[in-house]
Formats: sequence, C-alpha cells, structure tokens
Amino acid sequence: MEAPLIEPMLTAPFRVRKNRKETADTRTLELASTNGEDVKAWRPGQFMMLYVFGAGEIPISISGDPARRDNITHTVRAVGDVSRAICQAKPGSAIGVRGPFGSAWPIDQFEEHEVVLVAGGIGLAPLRPVLYRIMANRGRYGRVCLLVGARTPDILLYRSEMYRWRKRDIDVRVTVDAAAPGWQDSVGPVTALIPRIELDSSRAVAFVVGPEIMMHFVVQALVQRGVPPDRLFVSMERNMKCAVGFCGHCQLGPAFICKDGPVLSYSQLEPWLAIRNV
Amino acid sequence: MLVFPHMARVAAKDCVHFLLNALQRRGYTCIGPTVREGAIVYEEIRSEQDLPIGYTDEQDGGTYRLQKRNDEARFGYTVGPQSWKRYLFPPSTLLMKAQRTPDGFIATAPADQAGPYAFIGVRACDLNAIAVQDRTFLNGPYVDPTYKARREAAFIVVVNCGQAGRTCFCVSMNTGPLAKTGYDLAFTEILEDGRHEFLIEAGSERGEEVAGELHTRLATDNDNIAAHRMVERAVAQMGRTMETSGIKDLLYRNMENPRWDNVAARCLSCANCTMVCPTCFCSTVEEVTDLTGDHTERWRRWDSCFTAAHSYIHGGTVRPTTLSRYRQWMTHKLATWIDQFQTSGCVGCGRCITWCPVGIDITEEVRAIRETDGAKGH
Amino acid sequence: MQKDIDALLAEHQFFKEMGDAYRTLIAGCGKNVSFDTGQLLAKTDDPANEFFAIRHGRVSIELHSPERGPLILQTVEAGDILGWSWLFPPYRWTFDLRAIEQVRAISFDGECLRGKCERDPAMGYDFMKRFAQVFMKRLQAARLQLLDLYGSAPH
Repeated sequence: MEAPLIEPMLTAPFRVRKNRKETADTRTLELASTNGEDVKAWRPGQFMMLYVFGAGEIPISISGDPARRDNITHTVRAVGDVSRAICQAKPGSAIGVRGPFGSAWPIDQFEEHEVVLVAGGIGLAPLRPVLYRIMANRGRYGRVCLLVGARTPDILLYRSEMYRWRKRDIDVRVTVDAAAPGWQDSVGPVTALIPRIELDSSRAVAFVVGPEIMMHFVVQALVQRGVPPDRLFVSMERNMKCAVGFCGHCQLGPAFICKDGPVLSYSQLEPWLAIRNV
Repeated sequence: MLVFPHMARVAAKDCVHFLLNALQRRGYTCIGPTVREGAIVYEEIRSEQDLPIGYTDEQDGGTYRLQKRNDEARFGYTVGPQSWKRYLFPPSTLLMKAQRTPDGFIATAPADQAGPYAFIGVRACDLNAIAVQDRTFLNGPYVDPTYKARREAAFIVVVNCGQAGRTCFCVSMNTGPLAKTGYDLAFTEILEDGRHEFLIEAGSERGEEVAGELHTRLATDNDNIAAHRMVERAVAQMGRTMETSGIKDLLYRNMENPRWDNVAARCLSCANCTMVCPTCFCSTVEEVTDLTGDHTERWRRWDSCFTAAHSYIHGGTVRPTTLSRYRQWMTHKLATWIDQFQTSGCVGCGRCITWCPVGIDITEEVRAIRETDGAKGH
Repeated sequence: MQKDIDALLAEHQFFKEMGDAYRTLIAGCGKNVSFDTGQLLAKTDDPANEFFAIRHGRVSIELHSPERGPLILQTVEAGDILGWSWLFPPYRWTFDLRAIEQVRAISFDGECLRGKCERDPAMGYDFMKRFAQVFMKRLQAARLQLLDLYGSAPH
C-alpha cells in the first residue's frame, strides 16, 4: 500500500548563500532554495527546523526580512553539535530546511499602537523581523522602542544596523551586563531600562524575548508600567523534535510551543509559569 | 447506535474462522489477540486457532496473569498490554531517507508498506482510544500521513466485553463497555447456560458486506437480550471508578498538592504506563547514519514524558524530578488533553494500573486529590 | 534659589511622590550642580558628604582597577539618585562616579540632610523608605547582572 510519510517531516536542501560572523559564537546565514524558487512565506516570530546532514535538526527562529522571498535568514549561536555545524557551513554548502512553523508576533493586529520590543542576548534575532515589518509600515504605529540587553558590547547583535533603525524613528536603547573600554551606553540589566522609557500603557503592546528569568523580570517591570498581560507577548522555548505538534516534547501546560507558540500572550502563560518544573 | 439495527445476526462460536477467511480474501492483514509469553497480545492471526481460546486475564494494580477458563470463549479476557496504536502509530516509523550528493544531499519520504489491517477484537475503550488519537494525528494543522492511510484502510471488528477486569473503568469515562459507533463490525460473544454464539452487527457498508459471508441467521429479540445481558455483566463488574466532573479545573488548581509527593515516592519513572496507554502519543525523532556517512535515515520512535531527555533544553531539564514527570503525565492525560483536543485522554482501559510495577492507580490519585482539594505544600 | 530646587525636585522621579512639606524641607539641603563629560562626581575613598539626584545625562558607577583601568558596574540616568555612602560612617565613597555625558544634577549636603532626618523622624522615615527602595532595585539589578543570563548554557 502506497502512502506518503509525514510531508512536514521531509527536509528540503537549501544552499548557503552567505555566512556572516556576528560575534565570536554567532553567525547569520542566508539560505536560498536549491531550485531558485521563492522561499515559503513566513511571519515574524516563526522558526524553521534547520538540518545538518547526518547530524540532526534544531529549531531556529527566522531573523530576516519577511518581505524578502529570495532567501531565508537565520542567526545561529553555536552551542551544540548541530548549531556548531550550521555556523561552520560554508557558502555553497547545503543546509536542510523544514518549515516555517509556529505562531507569529501579532504585529499586524496592533497597528495604531505603541510598540515596545525587549530583547535579551540572542533574543534580538526573532525580533528583527518585527523591526523590518514596522519599518516598512512605520506610519501605522506610534512610538516604537527597542530595548536590547547583552552580556558585553562585543556580543551585541546587529550593532551596525541599529543606526538604520534609529533613522526610521525607532528609539533603540542598549545596555550590557559588563562594559568594555570605550563603552558609552548603559550598563545594567535590561529591566533597568523599562522605568526610563516614555510609555502610554493604554495603547502599548510589548514583545519580549530572552532567557526565561530575564523575561520574568521584564514582564514584571512592564506590568508595573501598566501594560496589561493580554498586550504582552513572549517567545517561549521548549525541547522540540517534530515541530508539527505530534511528538509531545514541547508542551508547556496545554500549549505546544511548536504550534500554539513560540509566541504566546502572557495572559495565557501566566498561570503555567507560576508553577515550577511544569 | 447501530447502522443497521434490525439486521443484527447470530453466528456459531467458530465464526471468526469465516471472518478471517473473508478478510484475508479481501487482502487484509488480520491483527487479533493471541497468547504469547504469558500475555494476550495483538499480532497477525491467520486462523481461529490463534485466538486465546479458553483464556481469561486476572488483572489488578501491578498484576497480570492469564488463567484458563472452563469454556471455549474466544474473547473471554479484557485487554492485554498492547493496544491498536502499535499498528496505527507504529513504535518505529521511517520518516525520511537522505543521501549525500557532491553538492549537498537529496531527501525523500519512503512509502509506508504496511497493511491494510483488519483489527479483530477491538474493545470499546480501545475504539475510543483510536478516536482520541485521531484528534492528535488527523485534526491539527498537520496530518500524519502514515496514521491517516492506515486508519482509513483499517477494518475494525469490535468485540464487546462480556466481563470487566479489576482495573477497568470505562463506564466512568463513558467509553464502554458497549461500542456505539465507528466500527465496521461489532461482535458480542454470547456465553451462558451452555450456549455459545456470537451476535453480529454491521456498522458500515463494508462491514455489512463481510457479514454476508459469515453463515449467520437473523437475530431474534432473545438473542439481542442475551447479548445485552453479556454487556451488562461487564458494566456490573467494573473494577475501578473515576469521578470526572470538573476534573480539568480540579487538577489545574492542585498542581502544588502534596499528593504529588506521595505518588512520586512510589513512581519508578519506568514509563510502562506510557507504553501501554492506548492514547499516549509522545515520540522522538532520531537521525541515523550508516557507516559510510553518506546515507541517513530519520526515524520516529515512541518516547515517554517520563524520560529525562523529554524536557531537556539548554543544558538542563525542565522536569528533572519524578514528581514533575508523573504530574505532567497525569495532568496531561486528564486535564490539559481536554484543552488541547476537546476530549479526555483517558479511556478507562486500566492498563496503566495493571502494568505499573508498583500498582499506582490513576483513579485513586484523582480521588486523593479531590479529597485534599486546595491543599498546598509540595 | 530654594524654590527653584523645590520645583526641580517636584519633577524628579525620586521626589515626585513625596509630600510637599518634606520635599521643601529636603530641598533646603540641595543645590544645582553640573559636570562635563568625563568629569568625576565622586572618587573612591574621598569623604562622602553628598548624594545626587540626576536631572540630565548619564553617570557611570566605576571601580578603578590598576591593570584594567575603570570597570563600569552600572550606569544611572535622569530620574535616578546616586550615592549612599553619606548615610553611614565612615562616610567615604566606595566607587567612582563619572559623567559619561553632560550631567546636570541636584547635590544634597549629607550632613544637612542627616540632621534634618534626626530632628524630624517622620520625614526621616519617609525619606529612608524611598531610599531603601532604590537600594533594593539596585541590588536586584546587580544580581541579574551577576547571573550572566545571556551566557552559554553549560554542557
């Protein structure tokens, strides 16, 4: 009996067009389909399963411009075998791609609002597509503020692009945990930036990505500024294997992070985050 | 309840012989109960003699033994350690094959070769379990083609229960012992006062067609009543009960109940319950390479939320304790499943109670939490 | 001049919620100050007799290391207050405070303010409560920095 296997589990080979060093352990790859076709349309916040032949797959947020269909961009940090192999992939080599998967930042649903983006560490990667979307439609949003926290200045992502964002009337504020000589900006946790921004909580929406502890304190600070939990969105991570809601690994309470997330509203998540080891 | 209610039939005790013939002629691989290594398992059966004729099972918490009956019942047991997920959602499934090429690789999805299957002896609880798994694999944003193809082709022959085991609680879960819908044929083994026959009902057109080859006579009112009596016996013998009203919110508000410490002290995290449960669907995805390194295969394999690796992330485990994993399993099965799939994940088959080495009883755990509702202290 | 300080304090994050009476009393110990980029507001081990309410500009809290030069621990900005060494003996600055940009601030005379708090305990308590809250937030922030949250996970 002929039967196709799970198509969403079938990886397509993509060609590495560019592999650009961001920091000591992080690289941004541009991937194009091997037959020259457009990449599938995707939305900010979604991810792909990137595959290294023989090594396996990992979920990586898409970090590029959603308006571009000629390639797909991912910023990858080398922390394990597969991510390390992806970071070392030379232009011209093949990386497997499966996706896009997951829920998106509701940026289109919040036009006319103020937008606060808070990124910790590599969290800026899944937020960059939101910036592209906002910049392409700047007039549709009010004040837009991007708060970025990083460990040290040398591992700040996309530093050279920040001037471009500022030119599009995005208030970009950066802070590091530990400074280096010549650092002129803030030193301190990204939470400390939140009391300092101008914010109309009645029409602000916030998107937060970073380590879970950081998100916890950032959300607290935003709630203290009056942003309600149903206008607070976070991107969650859990162990992912299939990315299509079958394997059960990525569950957080009732949510499958691969299909109900990774972007979830804080009001949905709050009762589950309050319980340890859930 | 029945598609063709006025056309119930009665056949002799050896009618499974003709059933298997009819199905084999139509190209089905017949899967049914058979005795192997001291248990009744579901494997390919070729003749009526492969059935566990004259056997029953004695079950309780952490206990399973086969016993001989004093009759020749074909289906005189309740359920064994296996369920039909073994065939619809196989323990190992090849998802993808990839081959290295000079400038990259090529990946293909190999076709599934198995089936079509005929499932003989599907209990009402297991039929419900199939319907529950349908929601996981067929109703979401993605469809599992292996499951879909095997499921659509599967010919289902229900055998209604005439007895219940000490760990059964399908009545509480509203999943049995009578199968109501979703089968091709439903048999009820009538065994009383020296009489041994089968009442047969068709639940679909193809079932009706196969029934035509089973040497039957039309059922009388007495036959229907006798069959009903058999099922009522099963209802009366239910070994366990579970109060399900408000169970989702009950568990949601008791995530820190000290009862979890109590069960965690007993649980071995052995994962038996997830293996025998007919609705558990967790799996893992593995990449396997051959020695040349030029050919890889992507396999899906059964997994369990009781493993440490299940919730591994960023160099740590989100659920590092037995307590957190047992809680995950039970609250998923009885509570979050409802939010995810609009149905309970539990069908009351009792397998998790029988096959737990230490006899942890999910019905008892729910009862204990109800009795200590709101307690905190974990 | 005092009235100016009082008005400025009414706009400052730390003093905004304080009752008028207390704020005016405290304003009496304050004066306007400004610092050019790179200038020190305070130096480690110098006698500490003031604290600052930053009105404009960014200040870094630093420690000078012989081999590595200044190590920045944290930065504060407009709306923050700076300096607690004036509160307790030996009244010496623990860190350097440096203006990273043009800074305008209100400097409060420590002895003057300590005296007023002693004489009016109710005001003193109110002031200390607010000050303690600032300490708490600084400590929380420092702890988050210590966690090195964005670092690689151990393998």
